[in-house]
Order: sequence, then C-alpha cells, then structure tokens
Amino acid sequence: MLGMHGTAYANYAVSECDLLIAVGARFDDRVTGKVAEWVPNAKIIHIDIDPAEIGKVLLADVPIVGDVKAILLELNKVVKAKMHPEWVGQINKLKQDFPLHYPNDGVLHGQYVIEQIGEVSDHKAICVTDVGQHQMWAAQFFKCEMPRQFVTSGGLGTMGFGLPAAIGAQFGAPDKTVFLVTGDGSIQMCIQELMVATIYKLPIKICILNNQFLGMVRQWQELFQGNRYSSVDMEAAPDFVKLAEAYGAHAIRCFNPSGVRAALEEAMSITDRPTVLDFRISKEENVYPMIPSGGTIHQMVVQRSPDMVPLDSYMASETYMGEDDQAAPAEEEKETVPVPRAQ
Amino acid sequence: MTQTQQHTISVLVENKPGVLARVALLFSRRGYNIESLAVSITENPKISRMTVVVNGDEQEVEQITKQLHKLIDVSKVQDYIDVPIIARELALIKVNAEVNNRTAILQLVEIFRGRVIDMSDKTFVIEVTGGNDKIDAFE
Repeated sequence: MLGMHGTAYANYAVSECDLLIAVGARFDDRVTGKVAEWVPNAKIIHIDIDPAEIGKVLLADVPIVGDVKAILLELNKVVKAKMHPEWVGQINKLKQDFPLHYPNDGVLHGQYVIEQIGEVSDHKAICVTDVGQHQMWAAQFFKCEMPRQFVTSGGLGTMGFGLPAAIGAQFGAPDKTVFLVTGDGSIQMCIQELMVATIYKLPIKICILNNQFLGMVRQWQELFQGNRYSSVDMEAAPDFVKLAEAYGAHAIRCFNPSGVRAALEEAMSITDRPTVLDFRISKEENVYPMIPSGGTIHQMVVQRSPDMVPLDSYMASETYMGEDDQAAPAEEEKETVPVPRAQ
Repeated sequence: MTQTQQHTISVLVENKPGVLARVALLFSRRGYNIESLAVSITENPKISRMTVVVNGDEQEVEQITKQLHKLIDVSKVQDYIDVPIIARELALIKVNAEVNNRTAILQLVEIFRGRVIDMSDKTFVIEVTGGNDKIDAFE
C-alpha cells in the first residue's frame, strides 16, 4: 500500500522509480503528500477513463484516456517482457528491513485481530471497514486473494459507512463470510442498521477494535499537537455487548490475544444473526509508517522494534537510534528514515 | 506552464432552471474566478449559450473545460483563445456633470463615439460600446 500510512518499501519504490504506470489512479493527496516532490525522477504513464483526471494533479508524459481493461489488453500485445532483478532486489531488501509489524507483548493489538480474521476465514472473507486507525490496519494486515474483497470508503473517509456496506456486501455475496472491521467511534454512527441485519438474518461479523478513543484523531493530537487531547475520549461509550444484544445480535467480548481465535470461531458458527465482537485493544497506539500530511518520503516515520535485524550500513547511521538511546527495554524505536538513493 | 491569459469560453447548455447555478458552483468549488458571465437563449429555444471569461494558464483552463464537459446539462464547450473573435462590451456610466465640466465631458463622449442617453441637472448617463480596451480607456 502506498501513501500516508503505506509501507516504507512501496513509498520508496515510487519515489525512486524511473517509470510510473498509473492505472485508474487519481493521485489523491493521501497518496502523494507534497505533489511537487512526489515521484521526482520518473516518466508517468496515466491511464484513466475520465479525461478530466488526466493532468489534474500530475502532468503525464503519456496520457491515455479509455477503458482500462481494453487499454491494458492492447498494451500487452506490444510490450516486451523484461526482468529487473537489481531493482526488485533493492525493494525486497527494504521489505526485509522495514516490514509492517506491531509489538508482541501480550497486549491485544488491533493488527493481531485483523491477521486472525484473515486466518480464520482462510483469506476468503469480505473485509469491510469504517474510517480510522482500524481502517489503516485492515488495509495493511488483511490479505486479499480476490478482487472486491476489500470494501472501504477510501478517499471519501466516511465514518458510518461500514455497517450499511457490510449489510450490502452480505446481500450481494450471500455465500461469503462478511467481516466488518470498525472502531468504537465509527460503529456508533450508523449503529441502528443492526436492526436491518437482524430482520434479514444476515450473519455479518462486526469486529469493533475498541480502544475507547477516536484513535486517528488522537494519534494526530499526540504527534502534532503535543499530546493535547481534545474531544477524542470515548470512555463513556456504551457497553457494545449489551447494545448488540438489545438489537437481537449475538455478542462476544475479548480482552486478550489468547481469546481472539476462539471468539472469531464462535462468530463464524453463528449463521442466522449478526455477531458483534468487542475487542478491547491497546488504548494508545499509532499507525506506522506515517508520512505527515503534505510531507515527503523524507519525513516518513517508521517503527522498528529492538529485536529486529539491525539496519545495514547503507542506511545513514546518524539517524539510527542506537542501543544507548533506548528509553526502556520494552520501548519501541521510531525513527525518520532517509531514503537510500539508488547508486 | 504557460502564462496566465484571459480566456473566453462559450458553453452551450440546456435552457432549464438550475443550470446556471450548477456551472457557477463548478467554478466556485474549484476556485476559478469568473471575470464576466453572460447567459442568453439561442435560436433553439431548448439551448442557452453561456459566455464566461476567466483568467488562467493553460492547465487551469484545460481543467475547467474538461470539468464542464462532465456536467450533464452541458452539450458543447469552446475556448476561444486561439480563434479570432469579435468581442464587444457595453458600459453605462453615470457621471457628475456640473455646469463647468459639462463641455469637457461632452467632448470626451464625442471622441469615444459614445452617447449621452440621460441627463439631469447634476448628472449624465453615458453609453459606450466597444472592444475591451476602449472601455478601459474610457473609464
């Protein structure tokens, strides 16, 4: 995934490449950050069905207007296959050095719940999300195997989208399992739709990653407003188990990583009503990597844990926080990474 | 990026209520400033012509015309930047006309081939028609 919360290696690949082929992409500001410094060295091929998108954000060297499927089929006939082992090798090295990860400390983390959702459904479930930190973790950690497996409001960023969308997804794909990954803030925006799910006996699994905060806003207040939290406290939110049962849904609460698998499997076994799962995850956790709004890859903040393989010498050692800088043994290191220039 | 120029864009739209508002909303939402705007019905009573003058460079105006094409009520968009056109502005100007400067004003009006179309004991209303620069000069 690319962009503000995209992986380090994807952002690196885009900023160092010499040819960017954008197929149906609109160069949203969450993806580009500072447009003037995004993709500095590349020629751009922009393929889109809407002529107004061409030249709207970036000037394309080769703009192609039309149906993507038809264009790609035609392009395949004229393009010769080529291998780029050195470039791919560079990216693979970065994948090793900067993988997505989260602490393994016995505390329940949202990322772990999402990975388990994938495993318990054999990566065949439809994952629907609301908006916020849970949405970013779902995009990072849920592995899709088929098209249309990931349903999210994307650039529209609408909290409350999830539950109605999950209902629609279940109607549209009655023999698939539908998991809604949502937050304690987002789920309350359209919680009344639980009634629709119950009436129509839709077995959607609603996984609330409940950290008792409006997580994404809290993260920005922590990183950019000096930890001055304002209007992000959700401690007085309702007991979601009682609320779900009031709506006639099945409800499960989970506090530990050890209980996640069992909770999900119990949810999978319910086939005639929605299930609400209240996962009490770590209260103050941030989504990494992060490129601040309007920033470039040089401002990307990446999280690495002390037990990871140390970075190679090609990384500028001045910015790497060595062992003596660690505050406490269990503390996570966060560092701003200079992008290694291709030599 | 080419420099900022004044573009005259002619848009053929359906003659229906709300169409003008939708086009104006498109301009305002994108932050393009409308220098001047005139709408009127054409010889086909179902179609109106909107003539919009905007300032912008090539990329901005390209975006304007492409976004206009996406509106359902718009059937044709033409930017007249490279096409020779005849353009006229009409100005109605009310000026203070005290007895002592009346002659001077009348002479000015004569030079610009304008006309005094109304008169009171203190003011004149002058009508001047001409190209852009003539009106600017007169002002």
